[in-house]
Amino acid sequence: MALPQAKLTATEERLAALTMPDAGCTRKAREAALARLREMGLPGRRDEYWKYTRPDTLISAEAPSAALFQTDEPTMFHEFDRLKIVFVDGVFSAEDSDDLTMEGVTIDRLEDICCKDIHWAKELYGVLEARGQTPVQRPLAALNTAYASDGVAIHVTGRPSRPISLIYRHASETSDAILHHVIRVEAGAEVTILENGPAASRFNKCMEIDIADGGTLHHIRAQGRDHQRRAATHMFTRMGTESVYKSFTLTVNGVLTRNEQVVELTGDNAVAHVAGACVGDGEFHHDDTVFVTHDAVNCESRQVFKKVLRNGATGVFQGKILVKEGAQKTDGYQISQSLLLDDDSQFLAKPELEIYADDVACSHGSTSGAIDETALFYLRSRGVPTKDATDMLTLAFLAEAVDEIEDEALAEVIVTRLQGWLARRS
Amino acid sequence: MLEIKNLHVKLEEEEKEILKGVDLTVEAGKVHAIMGPNGSGKSTLSYVLSGRDGYEVTAGSAALEGEDLLDLEPEERAAAGLFLAFQYPVEIPGVGNMTFLRTAVNAQRKARGEEELSAADFLKIIRAKAKSLKIDADMLKRPVNVGFSGGEKKRNEILQMAMLEPKMCILDETDSGLDVDAMKLVSEGVNALRDEGRSFLVITHYQRLLDHIKPDVVHIMADGRIVKSGGPELALEVEHNGYADILAEVN
Repeated sequence: MALPQAKLTATEERLAALTMPDAGCTRKAREAALARLREMGLPGRRDEYWKYTRPDTLISAEAPSAALFQTDEPTMFHEFDRLKIVFVDGVFSAEDSDDLTMEGVTIDRLEDICCKDIHWAKELYGVLEARGQTPVQRPLAALNTAYASDGVAIHVTGRPSRPISLIYRHASETSDAILHHVIRVEAGAEVTILENGPAASRFNKCMEIDIADGGTLHHIRAQGRDHQRRAATHMFTRMGTESVYKSFTLTVNGVLTRNEQVVELTGDNAVAHVAGACVGDGEFHHDDTVFVTHDAVNCESRQVFKKVLRNGATGVFQGKILVKEGAQKTDGYQISQSLLLDDDSQFLAKPELEIYADDVACSHGSTSGAIDETALFYLRSRGVPTKDATDMLTLAFLAEAVDEIEDEALAEVIVTRLQGWLARRS
Repeated sequence: MLEIKNLHVKLEEEEKEILKGVDLTVEAGKVHAIMGPNGSGKSTLSYVLSGRDGYEVTAGSAALEGEDLLDLEPEERAAAGLFLAFQYPVEIPGVGNMTFLRTAVNAQRKARGEEELSAADFLKIIRAKAKSLKIDADMLKRPVNVGFSGGEKKRNEILQMAMLEPKMCILDETDSGLDVDAMKLVSEGVNALRDEGRSFLVITHYQRLLDHIKPDVVHIMADGRIVKSGGPELALEVEHNGYADILAEVN
């Protein structure tokens, strides 16, 4: 079917501003992605999947400028011993990064994978993204596969002693970064991936994660600081038998953030938890769009998203659990909740279940509400000042999402950040 | 200690007067009990004194050691030494009991210009007090009142009272939902806090609680007023004859 003219024009205008990197072995995957993209066109306001989030600034030919954020606060995860991989405005910085060698893992820059004769990443690049285009189209991810200018390929074969920390620095007010990472976790291997930093004025990031049988990947991400930044991210995760994927994202402010998670449980007894805590104070917009497909027996999935919004902030949650025929004994859980601290903020939620198996337990819930006045009075009657009591209840509200982080030290860091954020509000 | 004069209170949202001129003075070190039929305004009195929203004071005053309570925020009343043990303690998911108590104790100390308790000191004190109320470590760690039984919730209220060391304690139907053993435990907790400088206002339906917490003065409240006051024998009279005789007598 031909694209509507407006969509066609918008797509071609955007593409005209981009140049496909001369990327040898990924060339075929990139061209296939471009063909996919041309077929679906970039997202527009009329698209159902973009009903609550305006894609205009994510698809415009030029990235809207975004001021850099000045702060004395130390960067996220600074207190952890980790292997740092730094990108500045979407370009790998060898100077700022650590030595990329570590036992149990092989890390290559995306452009280097072609130099190696046999490289697993060639077989993964664009594959999970392409799979993730049905049943719902994700054009920004296809654009990413086609035009990503940098990224890393992480091959986890053991249990590296330190987390791998992807750090995205924002240095130019007009930067427009497209990064694409591929990660393969081999059978029985386990890794923790950290991500933080505003990355660029506009950031399009795609991560394809393939977890083999019995593999485990923990992902903890913090998106914050530069308030004017825009980001559209996709994580495509395919999971084998008895594999585990646990992802948590903290999003603080930012004019526009759209995080898509596409998880496919293809092996029996796999466990996928996708969680997020968002705090927005001002004209900020956070969109968590999650699609979990159960295509195996006895798998467990959890989606836990909590948003605290005030002063005009908007939170969006689109979450789906799809249980395919034969995916018996599925245990699916989904909760999305917002705490609206004033009347100017809004939360838009679209929880969905689609089930084709008859022996499953799936539940979903979505709520929006103000601070519980009874609880607030109880705390105040014990002498806790209103502001502190409100903060306590706000943190308590976010706790269910933060609790999804298994590593206590990392969870503590997230809580400390949230406390700091709350303390700075009047 | 507590001096309430001609207190008139109505609901904020509607024109319904609930307290119609309450006069009550509780002296330092004394235990006063308030009994009365349902809907007489007992719980409203406790809420108004502690500063809950939804009520409007239309006349009268309430002072704690000479300080006007009605002008203070709930947290300021708490720091001034007022404590309300709730009839229905509130469950707060996500807030650990211990964290809550430590925050409360230190907020009050800070408000009074006292030094905050260190984590170690706090732990030492709370462990000792929890033990005497048979509150185990698990209950201290769990979120405030979440999944607590009725008895556990009331014991937790008394633990808070013991930790906060208020001057004026109001117990709002602390006996409701308690079995005989739990009532004994809670009463022992209250009695352990009885002190020359601390007063109690015990709101209850039943004389039973007053067997354990012996009052100095018993008041009968009806239709928004205190209609009769007397010694402990007044509670026995209610227990035997109900409120009908007393109400008939005062009307």
